[in-house]
Amino acid sequence: MPKLKLPKLPAPPLPPSMQPPPPRPGTTNGNGKSNLPPAVEAAAEAGTTVVDWLDERTSLSGATRWLLFRKVPKGTNWFYTLGSATMFAFLNQAVTGVFLAMYYDPSPTHAYESARYITNTAFLGEFVRGMHKWGSTVMVILVFLHMGRTFFFGAYKYPRELNWIIGVVLLILTMTMSFTGYLLPFDQRSYWATIVGVNINGTGPLVGPYLSDFLRAGPEFGATTLSRFYAIHMLLLPGLIAALIGAHLYLVAKLGTTAPPWLKAEVDPELREEEA
Amino acid sequence: MPEDRRKTKSKYTTDRNIPGAFEGETVTRRRFMTGTAHTAGAIAAGAFTLPALGFALGPIFKKHNVPWQDVGGVNDFPDNTYIPKTITIVEGIGEAGRSTAYIRKRNPQIDTDKPDQYNNFIAISTRCMHLGCPVAYRSAAQRFICPCHGGVYDFLGQVTGGPPVRPLDRFYTREVNGRVQIGPRYSVNRELRRFSPRDPGEPLDGIGQYLYPSRPSVRKIPGT
Repeated sequence: MPKLKLPKLPAPPLPPSMQPPPPRPGTTNGNGKSNLPPAVEAAAEAGTTVVDWLDERTSLSGATRWLLFRKVPKGTNWFYTLGSATMFAFLNQAVTGVFLAMYYDPSPTHAYESARYITNTAFLGEFVRGMHKWGSTVMVILVFLHMGRTFFFGAYKYPRELNWIIGVVLLILTMTMSFTGYLLPFDQRSYWATIVGVNINGTGPLVGPYLSDFLRAGPEFGATTLSRFYAIHMLLLPGLIAALIGAHLYLVAKLGTTAPPWLKAEVDPELREEEA
Repeated sequence: MPEDRRKTKSKYTTDRNIPGAFEGETVTRRRFMTGTAHTAGAIAAGAFTLPALGFALGPIFKKHNVPWQDVGGVNDFPDNTYIPKTITIVEGIGEAGRSTAYIRKRNPQIDTDKPDQYNNFIAISTRCMHLGCPVAYRSAAQRFICPCHGGVYDFLGQVTGGPPVRPLDRFYTREVNGRVQIGPRYSVNRELRRFSPRDPGEPLDGIGQYLYPSRPSVRKIPGT
């Protein structure tokens, strides 16, 4: 079978900023070819080569362009950054949490001592623990600000209802994170706050008693309550939150952001003439 | 036999002109393969999901055993005031497993609950029945006071103020060879009737005992 000859399509024009710059004087020998040694030339192109190699095998550049080079409506302002701010607060919690886990020991007899070791002895321990502790408060505040922005800008309306629902689930998961994380320092405050919190769960009719038994792993605050809270806090919930943030972002990229409510939609000039 | 197999409604593959069909066959091989793959996936997923769920939910059904503990001699406890004693509720977790009980001798003039072998000594739990903070006995006022949200209980542990929903829990007590021993916890309603232990915040009067059922993990001693 003879090889099919396809017409060669012209490459789409590149915007001026993306066109290759003209060679610097003295670097070429008149015929447009570089007079640098080939090794230096290759080193200068290494980054492009690596990215090209990856892109040829994954086609990731299309997805990246789809995700990052989106059209945004007129009037987009600083309030639209609250979602990213929340995500970075979560990333801060994830990263500091991973490193706190290197020192923390979730056993009722050692938890308080290990937390105290992090604060008083470990290098930068007070800073990392502080970032995690205060970061959690920052994250909760940002979640609510982000939710308020969405509500007041009407950004929950069609077709973005599902993203609102995912956001509400993320809010509940964030609160569960706060609840399970509060016990981990295992001082008097976290112990009694957890007792009270579990008992509030127990006041739900019919299911409450079993729910509090589930949270405590038994009828009393016991040997595995702390490790149960720790596993929920550091393994179960972060995985769920990360997955749902992915879904949340996918829908944002797919549906685009809304214009602020004070911006009137521009009518097509032709239609405007018809109306007149 | 119609030419186009999509036009017939027959359930037999032979009637639908499917290649390789044989007499009496109703499920196509493609459908059978799809079903097998889905079933295998479901079995594989269930094989790790169900044990993990059971693992997490197991403690709800596991009985929590409380051993009897010695708290002092029978003459250590007067009948007009309470003596605080530290007891172990959960073994092996240090201070977090300990609690305080207030103990006195039964006084027939004020204790109206039915006397039996388990209440010759009255042992009151310090767990507040609002949300579980530790109450303290103030002997001058003859009241149990909760520091968290202002729950107040009288000498018998009955609620006299604040948000608690039922009287303070009690512990079974018994006398063995002149020593007082303290046993499992039980909850009481306003008439001081015994119930299987409930968590704080769960009322036991009226419909409350049905809205907050007892749990398999803790029960009162049968027949008491």
